[in-house]
Formats: sequence, structure tokens, C-alpha cells
Amino acid sequence: MTQYLSGILSLGLIYVIATVGLAVFTGFTGLFSLGHAAFFAIGAYTAAILTYFYGVNFYLALAAAGVMSGLVGFLIGYPTLKAKLRTDYFAIATLGFGEATRVLLENLSITQGARGLPGITNYTTLPVIIVIAALVIWVAWNFVHSRHGRAAIAIREDFVAAEMMGVNIFIGRLRSLIFSAACGGIAGGLFAHYFCFIQPSMFTAYMSTQLTAAVVAGGMGSISGPVMAALIFIGVPELLRVANIWRLVAYGLLLVLIMIFRPQGLLGYREISLSGIRDFFARFRKGARS
Amino acid sequence: MNSLAMAGKPTEVLELRGVTKRFGGITACKDLTFHIREGQIMGLIGPNGAGKTTAFNLITGVYGVTEGSIIYNDQIINGKRPDQIVRIGIARTFQNIRLFKNLSVLDNVCIAVDCHETYLLGAACLRLGNVRKREKAIQEQAMEYLAAVGLEDRASVRANSMPYGYQRKLEIARALALKPKLLLLDEPAAGMNPEESLELAKLIRILHERFRLTTLLIEHHMDVVMSLCEKIYVMNFGVKLAEGSAEEIQSDPEVLRAYLGEGYKRAEHP
Ligand SMILES: Nc1ncnc2c1ncn2[C@@H]1O[C@H](COP(=O)(O)OP(=O)(O)OP(=O)(O)O)[C@@H](O)[C@H]1O
Ligand SMILES: [Mg+2]
Repeated sequence: MTQYLSGILSLGLIYVIATVGLAVFTGFTGLFSLGHAAFFAIGAYTAAILTYFYGVNFYLALAAAGVMSGLVGFLIGYPTLKAKLRTDYFAIATLGFGEATRVLLENLSITQGARGLPGITNYTTLPVIIVIAALVIWVAWNFVHSRHGRAAIAIREDFVAAEMMGVNIFIGRLRSLIFSAACGGIAGGLFAHYFCFIQPSMFTAYMSTQLTAAVVAGGMGSISGPVMAALIFIGVPELLRVANIWRLVAYGLLLVLIMIFRPQGLLGYREISLSGIRDFFARFRKGARS
Repeated sequence: MNSLAMAGKPTEVLELRGVTKRFGGITACKDLTFHIREGQIMGLIGPNGAGKTTAFNLITGVYGVTEGSIIYNDQIINGKRPDQIVRIGIARTFQNIRLFKNLSVLDNVCIAVDCHETYLLGAACLRLGNVRKREKAIQEQAMEYLAAVGLEDRASVRANSMPYGYQRKLEIARALALKPKLLLLDEPAAGMNPEESLELAKLIRILHERFRLTTLLIEHHMDVVMSLCEKIYVMNFGVKLAEGSAEEIQSDPEVLRAYLGEGYKRAEHP
């Protein structure tokens, strides 16, 4: 049972890492990526190939996964963001990128095509995931609370005004995209060494949608909201696995409920804070009394 | 440059030479030619749709010019991006207020102060070195600009929860925080009553002197324009109608004709 729970937590936290990355991009610059599973996949394959074929140290392989995904993020972001594509066109471009990456992985020889890579060493343990997740959250938090994060927020709020505040829109968006791609890559690397088997069909548009849903449901412009949402989105369906097909219904219901009761997301434009929690309970008590 | 000005030789901060802007069939600005000297407050007036805001958009790089050139401190600036133009010292406010609505008043100004901040992304992400101290300094500076327009008490409220008049002042604070030499104000008194707009005129004068600005002002409240501007450029249908001092403009028959029927002091539009 504890193993079952620790398994859910591990998977949940791996998703948290990717979701936090995406939150820094989508939640803070306002651009939607529908192909983020590709960064996850690139990280997974980079790390797995390095440890599996070349015997590279796991942590080095993880770093390489982050760098590789970040690099691909740069290559994808440079032309699309330079062209200042409208947000919907950009989303479609990333959708195409996600699918193209999967097809590529299915046809390369080093990735062993659709068969995938079995027998990856299980280096990813719960403590490793916890430490890396905490680190990624901390770094993302620092990012969005710096001048670079404010620039991204300014772009999201009003890019004409942002440009008039001296913000280079292209650089601001590209920076966030590279950061989020790198987070996705690290999550992918952990994922590969957790399941010990990866194949291209694991990284579909469904996964990308799940990540984007976690960011939107958690709240745009928030880090802690998407963290919670990612844990809920992974945790609830897994816990309901006994209920079999009903878990997908529960998952859908969860999304619908959030959209009805919290259209701005669990924590739109806000973060969890002690004073916030105090206020919430104070309001709650007052409400109960009256 | 300053020493030249002191020596009595006036320096032109901004100069437009034959600037034309066409949007498809519409010529929003045609052959605009004028200059502003250092330290001047110049007015840009004209009826609705005259092309005033378009002129601002051309100067700040929002649109590219169709013909002509815009020269700032002996440097041609048309073709530059808005963020590059801000960095060489031109800031503006927007007629249709463009604050970062969901952010606090303070954060709105912090984003502008950031323009001249230099700490790097790596240092920011790992909170290395003096990032924390720099962040504190940014906030303190932002508070100073808020105080300059009298909004220091509202630092933590959400920008769009304030009344319009305050939002316009916040736009001015945000523009000042960019440390401009040339400030472009697009109808800062829009939506204000005559009393409020005269008070704003006083504030603009104070800020103009305190921050050693050169100011170009679009405004429909004529009492504001007449009390502030030593030089006025009048536009109508994209072309120059008249140019001169407040007295010259007020007695110019062309100008009076353009404004006739609309009333001299016009009611404001949003
Ligand atoms: N992006 C654009 N595309 C097409 N036409 C435009 C654009 N921007 C402005 N125009 C047109 O250019 C003309 C001048 O507009 P502008 O906004 O500069 O006027 P204005 O003098 O600022 O007027 P107001 O006093 O109402 O603010 C108008 O006819 C307007 O419709
Ligand atoms: Mg206008």
C-alpha cells in the first residue's frame, strides 16, 4: 500500500516538475503550448540513451536532458516567437511540433522506433524526485518573482504596453519557453528512469493537454496553483484506478467543476500563503456563524 | 548637450521631417514637420481623428512611417522597435489607458523601473549575490515615482480597481519610471472635469521641471494646453493646420474654423 502511494506521489511530482515549467511559460506569458509532451519525450530519450547506451552518470544525464529540451525549445521558439504568431496560431504550431517529435522518435534507429527502450536502470527514487521537484519549484518561484518574471507578466497583460516599458517581447517569451522546455526535459529524464521503459506512444497530445489543463485549472500566473492541480490530476485518477473506466469520468468531472466554480483556476494570479490561508478560514468561520 | 543649452544654443530633442503614415487608403498623418527643443512643453492638438495618436505611435515605433524621418538627438529612430526607443529616452502614456490591469499599482511601476535594471536571469533564479537587495531598491524607486504623482497610498491595490483619474496618474508614474528625456502624454486629462484637469496641468508642470523633461502633450482641454504649452502644433485630417504660440493659435482663423461647431472647450470622449 505504501508502495502504491509512493508510486502515485512519484508520478505526481514528476508531472509537477513539467507543469511548473509550463506554468512559467503559459501562466506567465499567456501563450499556450499544446506540444509540451515533446519536451518531456526529448528529455526522457536523451537521458535514457545516455545512461543506457553510454553509461553516463544519471545526474549528468538529467542535466543533459534539461539542456537538450531547452535547446529544442530555443529552436522551436526562435522562428515562431520571432514571427510574433497570434496566440492561437502559436498553439497550433506547438501542436504540430509535438506530433512531429513523436513521429520522429518512432522512426529513428537510436530510439529503437515504436518498440521503445526497455531495461532502463531504475535510478529515479522518491527522494530524488522530491529534491528535484523542490529545487525546480524554488527556481521557478525565483524566476517569476524577478525582473525577468515581471517582464513575462507584462507581456501577458498587455504586450503593447510591455514593449513601451522597454520589454523585448521576443526575448521575454523565448526565455520563458526555454525555461519551461528544460523543466519538461528534466521531468522526462526522471520519468524514463522511473518506469525503466519508454516508447513514443507515451508522449502523445493527451499528455500535452493534461499539462496545459493542470496549468489552466491551477490558475494562470500562479506556481502553487498548478502544483496542486498537477498532484490532483495525477493523484485522483490513479486513486480511482479501481473504479476503472469511471476514473476518466471523474477526471472530466473534476475539470468541469473547477471551470464552473473557479473559472480563474484554483489560484488564478495568486499563490498559497499563510496569511491567505488564515483569511480563508476567517471568512469560512464568519460565513458559518452568520 | 546640457552645457550647450545653458550656453544659450537651443538643442532640438525631437524632429519630424515630412512624416507620412498611410493605413491602406487612409492617410492618418501627412507630411508632418516639427521639432521640439530641450525643456519645452509642446502641445499637439486637433479634432478627433486628426492623427495625433498616430503621430505618437510613429514616434514610439508602434507603427513604421510610410515616408519621412523621425530624428531624436541627431539620430534617426524610425525603424526601431518600441522597446529600443524607450531605452534611448522616450516614454509615453496611452489615450486608452493601458495599465497592467491585474497587477498591483506598485508592480506596474516596478516593471518600468526594471527597464534600467541589469541583474541576470541565472542570478535571479538562484537568488545569487545582490538580487534581493536590487529587488528592494527597485521597489523603493517605484514608490518614489508613485509619490511623485501622489499615489503612494495605493501601492498595493489592483491597478484597474482605481478610478480613471488615478489610473491616468499611474500611467504617468510608469512613464517617468522609465527615466525618459522626452515624455509623450496622450490626453492625460481625458475624462476629468475642468477643476481636476487644471490640477493635473499643475502636476505635469511640476514633474516636467523636477525630472528635467521635454514634453509633448496631446490634449483636448484647451485650458490645460494654453496654460502649459509654449508652442502648439495643430493638426486636422492628418495635416498641419497651424503652428505657433498659444496666443497665435487662439487667434488663428483656420484653427477657429476647424473647431467651430464643436465648441471651443470640447466635451470629453472616452
Ligand atoms: N491601426 C490603424 N489602422 C487603420 N486606421 C487607423 C489606425 N490607427 C489610426 N487610424 C486612423 O487614422 C486616423 C487618425 O487616428 P488617430 O487615432 O491618430 O486620431 P487622433 O487625432 O488621436 O484622434 P482622437 O482625438 O480621437 O484621439 C483615424 O481616421 C483613424 O481611424
Ligand atoms: Mg488620439
